[in-house]
Amino acid sequence: MDLFEYQARDMFEKHGVPVLAGAIATTPEEARAAAEQIGPKSGGVTVVKAQVKTGGRGKAGGVKVTKSPDEAQAAAEAILGMDIKGHTVGTVMIAQGARIAEEYYFSILLDRANRTYLAMCSKEGGMEIEQLAVERPDALARIAVDPNTGIDEAKAKEIVDAAGFDEADKAAIADVIQKLWTVYRDEDATLVEVNPLVKTEDGDVVALDGKVTLDANADFRHEDHAALEDKAEADPLEAAAKEKDLNYVKLDGSVGIIGNGAGLVMSTLDVVAYAGEEFGGQKPANFLDIGGGASAEVMANGLHIILSDPQVKSVFVNVFGGITACDAVANGIVGALDALGDEENRPLVVRLDGNNVEEGRRILQERNHPLVTVEPTMDGAARRAAELASQA
Amino acid sequence: MAIFLNADSKVIVQGMTGSEGMKHTQRMLKSGTEIVGGVNPRKAGTTVDFEGGVSVPVFGSVKEAIDATGANVSVIFVPAQFTKAAAVEAIDAEIPLAVVITEGVAVKDTAEFYNYAKDKGTTRIVGPNCPGLITPGVSNAGIIPADISGSGRIGLVSKSGTLTYQMMYELRDFGFSSAVGIGGDPIIGTTHIDCLEAFQNDPDTDAIVMIGEIGGDAEERAAAYIKENVTKPVVGYVAGFTAPEGKTMGHAGAIVSGSSGTAQAKKEALEAAGVKVGKTPSETAELMREIMQGLAK
Repeated sequence: MDLFEYQARDMFEKHGVPVLAGAIATTPEEARAAAEQIGPKSGGVTVVKAQVKTGGRGKAGGVKVTKSPDEAQAAAEAILGMDIKGHTVGTVMIAQGARIAEEYYFSILLDRANRTYLAMCSKEGGMEIEQLAVERPDALARIAVDPNTGIDEAKAKEIVDAAGFDEADKAAIADVIQKLWTVYRDEDATLVEVNPLVKTEDGDVVALDGKVTLDANADFRHEDHAALEDKAEADPLEAAAKEKDLNYVKLDGSVGIIGNGAGLVMSTLDVVAYAGEEFGGQKPANFLDIGGGASAEVMANGLHIILSDPQVKSVFVNVFGGITACDAVANGIVGALDALGDEENRPLVVRLDGNNVEEGRRILQERNHPLVTVEPTMDGAARRAAELASQA
Repeated sequence: MAIFLNADSKVIVQGMTGSEGMKHTQRMLKSGTEIVGGVNPRKAGTTVDFEGGVSVPVFGSVKEAIDATGANVSVIFVPAQFTKAAAVEAIDAEIPLAVVITEGVAVKDTAEFYNYAKDKGTTRIVGPNCPGLITPGVSNAGIIPADISGSGRIGLVSKSGTLTYQMMYELRDFGFSSAVGIGGDPIIGTTHIDCLEAFQNDPDTDAIVMIGEIGGDAEERAAAYIKENVTKPVVGYVAGFTAPEGKTMGHAGAIVSGSSGTAQAKKEALEAAGVKVGKTPSETAELMREIMQGLAK
């Protein structure tokens, strides 16, 4: 889960990372009130910042420096509702102004190749890090971090030395880096990025903007993380699927997909897209993995979610039963269709193989539901599902 | 011979007395695996009876199980919250192979136990979030159904469980030396490269199928490895061409971030290394079929 900047700011503050005062607002009036509170800390200057989970908001006009509550209100008026790379701005943060002397970059992230963590640090912050990495690779220090020892004092020193900071600045920056490490470790983050990390004219080191990604698999030890979820942003079908513990991603096409196992479902999406090229560009409507050992109930829940999507014109159920039993899948399909009754008229193409396949096929054959076609192969079933979607 | 798992493998199950552990221990036994013990400190000293008249003793720790039975493989089924502790216990006991089946393990936990194992240097980790590995007809450590395919001379390594099953099914007329499901998490203990190296050195393997998916750059690194080190024919498949950017597709590691981790880039890297890459699982199987038929001549 990616956090909004203001959520990252609050999390930083909790772990002792120096941040500036900030408050969020969802209306221009709230923004004005926040500016009245925060402005006096910085000579009346505040920065109104769009809260969106994407980069490049500054270029898009989503960040404005204001000198009075009136200006802050006007800025919020302009920014709220703005579209930034497909994200609609629903919240702004009103942050205390800062007199910036220097901008730096720091991040900790998962290094999948090395199977450790990686700290990246540069004296040249502010710009997009991908750009910096390409244009000035020498300016970006990359230091491997052992997950079991983390960023202790010595590691922090190694990082600031490698980044080439001035001697006089090193201690303060190393201290902030160690605190950012505690955010990463104690919150089960997979990314903590500060861009820019700044030195103010007064010589303070402050995290001016933050990006944090949290590991959902670690939610069991972070009860407070559930509150950080942005329910407004989630697709309604994705939210409904999540409530049923289903692994669902909404896509744009017309062929609903249900399968078992992430790899097989991804593969099914591809095979449907290839087959769909022949039928006017039919595409998969979703990703839905019912997982290993799914029951008839899980299958039925999945089918209900898929059929709640009005874009879906046909459905492809692709199951290779390893642990999942094909008879349970068949029972789930039959049960869900019977529950839907005559109102449902979209066709289902089913391909079953593996564990209890004979019994599964027998159940479907016996019920002989007019909407269900059983196909023997994955490729054949994908073709048929795409064809049916094109005819709807 | 096969890789990692053979006739000398003596397997213990951590979490055997849980419902998943019971179910899969039964299945592993049925497929001929030598299961010598389970581990559960609260049930130490008891035995668990399985179908077929097999009685498996429960030990208080991995160390005790190894001392009593000479176990050299542990399959871990414990819930995600406790997986790190179970893995660390197995590593401390210096078991040569620990297969972590559990899904949903926090990546910090995996990062910590993987690096702990690496520093100690005595345990190979497979997984987490994987179906484990099978040497058909000989031994089965995990949840891969043993009845899909028999023994043969193809080696298989895959990030995905069900695509492993699908590929074994498609090529069941040839059979497999070993099939390894390495898992789709961001950090995994045994990689494509580890398996490619083992299959290259395995006299019982003639050709290799490698299944990858979006996210990270493991396939690109495997491609570079193949180019330099693998002389046996390799056929590849990559899932996730249609996956949108920024959405996790089921596996925690399966995500396209910006321009990195795309299926297209992986396919191109593999092809540049001389790997034939299929567009679909069945086309991939067909490519392998041609290779095996060519080798048989």
